[in-house]
Amino acid sequence: MAKAKNITEFIIERDERRCIKCQACVRVCASDVHSYDDESQELLSDNSRCVGCHFCEDICPTGALTIKRNPSATKDNAHWTRDYIYRIVKQSTTGGILLTGMGNDKQYKNYFEHMVLNAAQVTNPSIDPLREPMELRTFIGRRPDRIRYEKIKENKYILKESISNLLHLEIPVMFSAMSFGSISLNACKSLAKAAFLSGTYWNTGEGGMHRNLYPYAERAIVQIASGRFGVNTEYLERAAAVEIKIGQGAKPGIGGHLPGEKVSEEISLTRMIPEGTDAISPAPHHDIYSIEDLRQLIFAIKEVTSYKKPVGVKIAAVHNVAPIASGIVRAGADFVTIDGIRGGTGAAPLVIRDNVGIPIELAVAVVDQRLRDEGIRNQASIIAAGGFKTSADIVKAIALGADVVYIGSAALIALGCHLCQKCYTGKCNWGIATQDSYLTKRLNPDIGAERLCNLLKAWALEIKEMLGGMGINAIESLRGNREQLRGIDLTETELKLLGIKYAGEAW
Amino acid sequence: MDTSINAYNIHYKILNEKIKILIREGYEEITVQGVCGQRYIGGGLQSKKVKIILYGVPGNDLAVFMDGPEIVVMGNAQDGVGNTMNSGRIVIHGNAGDIVGHSMRGGEIFVKGDVGYRVGIHMKEYRDMYPVMVIGGSARNFLGEYMAGGMIILLGMTERKYVGNYIGTGMHGGVIYIRESLLRSASLGKEVNIFMADTSDMDKIRPYLRRFASYYGFTENKVLKGQFYKIIPITSRPYGKIYTY
Ligand code: SF4
Ligand code: SF4
Repeated sequence: MAKAKNITEFIIERDERRCIKCQACVRVCASDVHSYDDESQELLSDNSRCVGCHFCEDICPTGALTIKRNPSATKDNAHWTRDYIYRIVKQSTTGGILLTGMGNDKQYKNYFEHMVLNAAQVTNPSIDPLREPMELRTFIGRRPDRIRYEKIKENKYILKESISNLLHLEIPVMFSAMSFGSISLNACKSLAKAAFLSGTYWNTGEGGMHRNLYPYAERAIVQIASGRFGVNTEYLERAAAVEIKIGQGAKPGIGGHLPGEKVSEEISLTRMIPEGTDAISPAPHHDIYSIEDLRQLIFAIKEVTSYKKPVGVKIAAVHNVAPIASGIVRAGADFVTIDGIRGGTGAAPLVIRDNVGIPIELAVAVVDQRLRDEGIRNQASIIAAGGFKTSADIVKAIALGADVVYIGSAALIALGCHLCQKCYTGKCNWGIATQDSYLTKRLNPDIGAERLCNLLKAWALEIKEMLGGMGINAIESLRGNREQLRGIDLTETELKLLGIKYAGEAW
Repeated sequence: MDTSINAYNIHYKILNEKIKILIREGYEEITVQGVCGQRYIGGGLQSKKVKIILYGVPGNDLAVFMDGPEIVVMGNAQDGVGNTMNSGRIVIHGNAGDIVGHSMRGGEIFVKGDVGYRVGIHMKEYRDMYPVMVIGGSARNFLGEYMAGGMIILLGMTERKYVGNYIGTGMHGGVIYIRESLLRSASLGKEVNIFMADTSDMDKIRPYLRRFASYYGFTENKVLKGQFYKIIPITSRPYGKIYTY
């Protein structure tokens, strides 16, 4: 009979000439891969347990360790790959749903890689961002349909339009929702502090806000999800904005379960549930079965926060995304967050993560177009999320019509994550997706924040370079400016949906 | 200090703002006449001393996120009463609609008459916060769905001696008490079991039933008589075993 063995994905190669037997690897690996045999005085490794997180390789003082892909092969078969064979072995043993972490790792077409940017040549000058002012400042929220003002005396005007409160960002990149529970408090603190220092926002996720994060609350977007964990009036009032979570790109249409063993004392305090109990977020909000119901919750939040904060709605990018987004805006949302099929997660069923939803590039393009066609684009900002990995993706998304981009996986990579996709096990060696204090203290929130600030700073510089190259000096002028994009290797339908021309076509 | 205002023909935004201003001015008992479907009344209010008496029918999400006040409704209420409520008390002298007590974390809700679907959905408890709902009449399907904590008592004292199907579906905490007379119509969700209430159960619910009797002018006997049954979850981890790691 087939044995339910975890697939041995990696082979640990130990260079015996370099290894000084310090046993650092034995101490650090939370998957208990390495051991030291006193008798033979040998270091041993159980390859089958290794998740490929690269922590031991990075920490080994002599560089003796190399994590390699296991070359053990099944007969070449384009259809029945080793991965699928082992999934069946595992499930026929356990009878359970396969879990995974982080974003979709399938090879769906990446449209960012099929779009190229423009640059100014001769007929309009490019701008050197190092010497000339370049504006990345971005605002999130509802803009009025028109501006009315009154002249009261010479050179003195008063605004007659009531302008809603807007979020004010120095860079069009925010940290997406990651709850305390799915990630460690040190990881939350790194994100919160970095958002605070960089003039952008972080997002609490759906688990309430830990009291140690209150100092960063003015830069927080708080989430309210179907479980309503940690949600009370103070939670809503403390935040800069509120995001109603309907869906998430990694698991559209399904709820979430934080298993009881992960509900520690601190998490119980933050989620406001007893220690050790399952935190079950139902798939839908049970007070939202329609756009009208959504409007009801949006305005409930606006009522209790005295109409002072932007209230947005986060959905997964699905087939009907454009009409849904239109409904959300008409329901009164001040921003719509769209999370694409490559969006990450702390835990999701593998089949859902890998097979449900649509790419964010297409979703942003069709939503922006729909809102423009209906004349309501000014009523809400569009926040795009789901696998943004470079500043170029961000520039392209904004040119397609997004106002701001959320990054999650990229931010965690800045904190050490090596995308082993084992977040759901709670044994993250990098101290991110874990609550084990032995592991979480590896992540120093001050250093973490500094690394995140560095990333944002670097991306801001790159974005400015790209803008300058196009002869644009403010990110505002790039928004929905699809003439700056051209497609390569795309079909007619894809070009139409993205609303862009083929490379080589002039204006 | 007490005062009275009239809600006739005014939008909820203005009505709720008025109530907030009166509370800031120090009024502790506010009577609102002519309430007609205005939403979010009492929403997010945080004072423990305030009492609001509503004549008419308040709209959806009455007392949403409320933390402290007491609201008395002289009439029926609509959907979402006490949605995500933290503490306080709601006393309804009539029927209420769907999802009463949705995600309620603390406080008390008393309904004299019947309630709609999915009542008490995802009620939860936390430390010294223990939400309690007493319903004088019957409830429709999915009572206590996903319930994670707190207590629901269903008395079946109205004409419609009926409790809907799937009671306690997905329930993983808390307790539901129903009176024997409702038992025949009760079909349980697969995550719960039913037991006869014993003396300790009765000791637990008696104070709430006494208060129920006094709010609505019933005799204690009428409210307490008959055998009660309790419905509790089979496990606190209904979905613990469906995943493989
Ligand atoms: S799981 Fe990580 S730390 Fe452990 S052996 Fe593999 S790469 Fe090294
Ligand atoms: S957060 Fe940790 S567990 Fe999750 S993918 Fe990254 S390194 Fe692995």
